[in-house]
Parts: sequence; structure tokens; C-alpha cells
Amino acid sequence: MEIPYAVKPRPDTGLYNAKLGIWLFLASEVMLFGALFSSYILLRVNAEEGTWPHHWLNIWLGMTNTFVLIISSVTVVLGWAALKMNQFKRYKFYQGITILCALVFLGIKSFEYRDKFMHYEIQLKDGSIADGHLQPETNDKMVVIEGRKVASHAELMEGEGAKSSGKDVKIEIPRDQIKPNGMENYGPWHNTYTAIYFTLTGLHALHVIGGAIVIFAIWGPLAKMWERDPERYTNRVEVSGLFWHFVDLVWIFLFPVLYLL
Amino acid sequence: MSDGHLPSAAVGVADEHSMEDVRKHVRTYLIVGVALMCGTVMTVWASLIHFDSREMNIALALLIASTKGFLVAGFFMHLISEKKMIYSVLAFTVFFFVALMFLTLWSMGHGSIVQIR
Repeated sequence: MEIPYAVKPRPDTGLYNAKLGIWLFLASEVMLFGALFSSYILLRVNAEEGTWPHHWLNIWLGMTNTFVLIISSVTVVLGWAALKMNQFKRYKFYQGITILCALVFLGIKSFEYRDKFMHYEIQLKDGSIADGHLQPETNDKMVVIEGRKVASHAELMEGEGAKSSGKDVKIEIPRDQIKPNGMENYGPWHNTYTAIYFTLTGLHALHVIGGAIVIFAIWGPLAKMWERDPERYTNRVEVSGLFWHFVDLVWIFLFPVLYLL
Repeated sequence: MSDGHLPSAAVGVADEHSMEDVRKHVRTYLIVGVALMCGTVMTVWASLIHFDSREMNIALALLIASTKGFLVAGFFMHLISEKKMIYSVLAFTVFFFVALMFLTLWSMGHGSIVQIR
């Protein structure tokens, strides 16, 4: 038995099944990210003065990733428009760029994550804190970082705290000068900010990966459907595109919230 | 499978009328794309200005982000000209989303339950 309205819209709703389905799914996604944004607001507003970090992330990398996602959103919609105009080759070109953009976005995000996992806050026995990126010269006796020494934890909250700057210097720290369990990187366990940062951007990155896989599958292995059933193929591109735009939409809010404010 | 060699069934995807419509939309998509990029630059610029209060920076950044969100949802996702059914689904979403944010703000006025490290 053939499933009705898989391609043609239902006369009463004016929608084909997949389109209604993706919008219902996106509605649930709004609530998922809404709950996390709500958590972010609660954590941020209730943070005591001087405990919420500012500018720990590289604004220019975040901005580049925003541009990359905007470009990919444009190419997704142009790809769909190309199919509507029966220009299959053009569609292939545009969606190819979309997939490339997804890879660039994930590449930049991985670089940012790696930066955080290589960044250490080291509590020293004299009460001061060494903060910076772990260097390859580190061995059993000595920890070598490129960063700075500060007198208190509060000094790390503002500005150059977690990103490498021109002022960074190489610091060699004998391991016996470090407090027991005094070394911790800037992973999700480091503090409330890194926890919500990794949760929000990690979930978003999973959406980018999922969306890119679906777009790639439609673009590559499933492209033969265009010859057999072009209308249904165009609908698939539209539905995957709607998901991709949603991913872009979420990032539009994540960027200022996490990188700028 | 080139632009000039269409599968016979593809004729059904775009008649002359809708092709002209889509062509017009392409221009809009490009303009929206450029507007989004300008919006991104404005967001960064706004975050670097020192207003009297930090709340002003937050309000401005969220205003620009909301405008960009409207452009993506309205034009790329075609929400400005969608079917009633989709608006109905989204009306429920907006209701529950606003309720969630209201609860968030309301809970903040009743003492913190959150421990910050």
C-alpha cells in the first residue's frame, strides 16, 4: 500500500508528511535548546560577582564559524532553489559547499575544544596559580606551560584568562611545587561556565554532524532518486535544509551568549 | 544528469510560473545572507562598546541576534509565507518557550538554588 501525501501536499493542511514531521521535530528541538538556555540564564545570573568568566573564548574564531554557518545556510537554500528550477548540477555545487562548510565549522570547533583541553590551571604550594597551555617539554619532573602566574583565582576571570596572548611566557614548574590534585584543564569539569559551554556547543556540534550526514547522504548516495522521483527528492532537500537552518539559528544565539557577553 | 538533460519526471517539479518565483527568491536569499553577515559584525562591534551598564550590551546583542533569527526563520525557512498548520504548531512552541523563560525569570526572584563553583 502506498503511503499517501508522501510527495503531494494534503489538501486540508497544504503540507506533505515530511514537512509537517520536520516542523514538529523542530518544535521539540526549540524546547530542548530552550531548556539549556534557561539553565545558562540561571547559572549566569546567580553567579557571584567576579566568578563568571568573560572573553575566555576566541571571538574571531567564533565569528568565523558564524560566517561559515551563514554561508552554508545560503547555499542550502540556493541548492533547493536550483532543484526547483531543474538545475541539478547547480544543486550539487551548492550542497557541496554546504558539506564543506559543515566540515570547516567542525574543524574550527575541534581546534577550540583542543585549546581548552590543553589549557591548565595549576595550583602551586606557595598559594599562587600558574595558568596556560601545556607544552611538549613537560615530563615526569617538570610541567612546562606557556601562560602566566597570578596571585588569585579571580584574576583569571576577566579577559585573557584562558586564551593565549602575546604576553604569555614559558613557565617551568617542578612537580613537587604543585599542590596534590592541583592541576586541572579547562574541560567541562573545570567550572560552571565550561560545563554549560561544552554542553551547549557539544549538543549543537552533534546537530551539525547529524545534519551534515543527512545532507551528504541526499547529495551523494541517494542522488539517483532525482532521476526516478524528482519531486520527492526536492522535498527531501527542503526538509534537510529546514533542519540545517535551525542549526544555524541556534548558533546565532550561542555566539553572542557564550563568546561576547 | 546535467542542467540541460533533465529526467522526464523533473518537468513536474518546476513549471514556468514557479521557476520565475524561485528566481526572484534567489535574489532575496542572497540579500538576507549579506544582512546576516552584517548583523554578525554589528553584534561583535556592539559587544565591544562600553555602555554605562553591561545590561545595555546584553540587550543590544540579543536584539541583533533576534533580528538575525527572524531573517533565517522568515526567509530561509519560509516562515513569512507558510501554511496555517505550521503556524499552529509554532504557536504552541512559542507559548511553552515563553512559559519556560517566564519560569526561569520567576525562579530567579525567589532566591538562588544554584551553587556556583
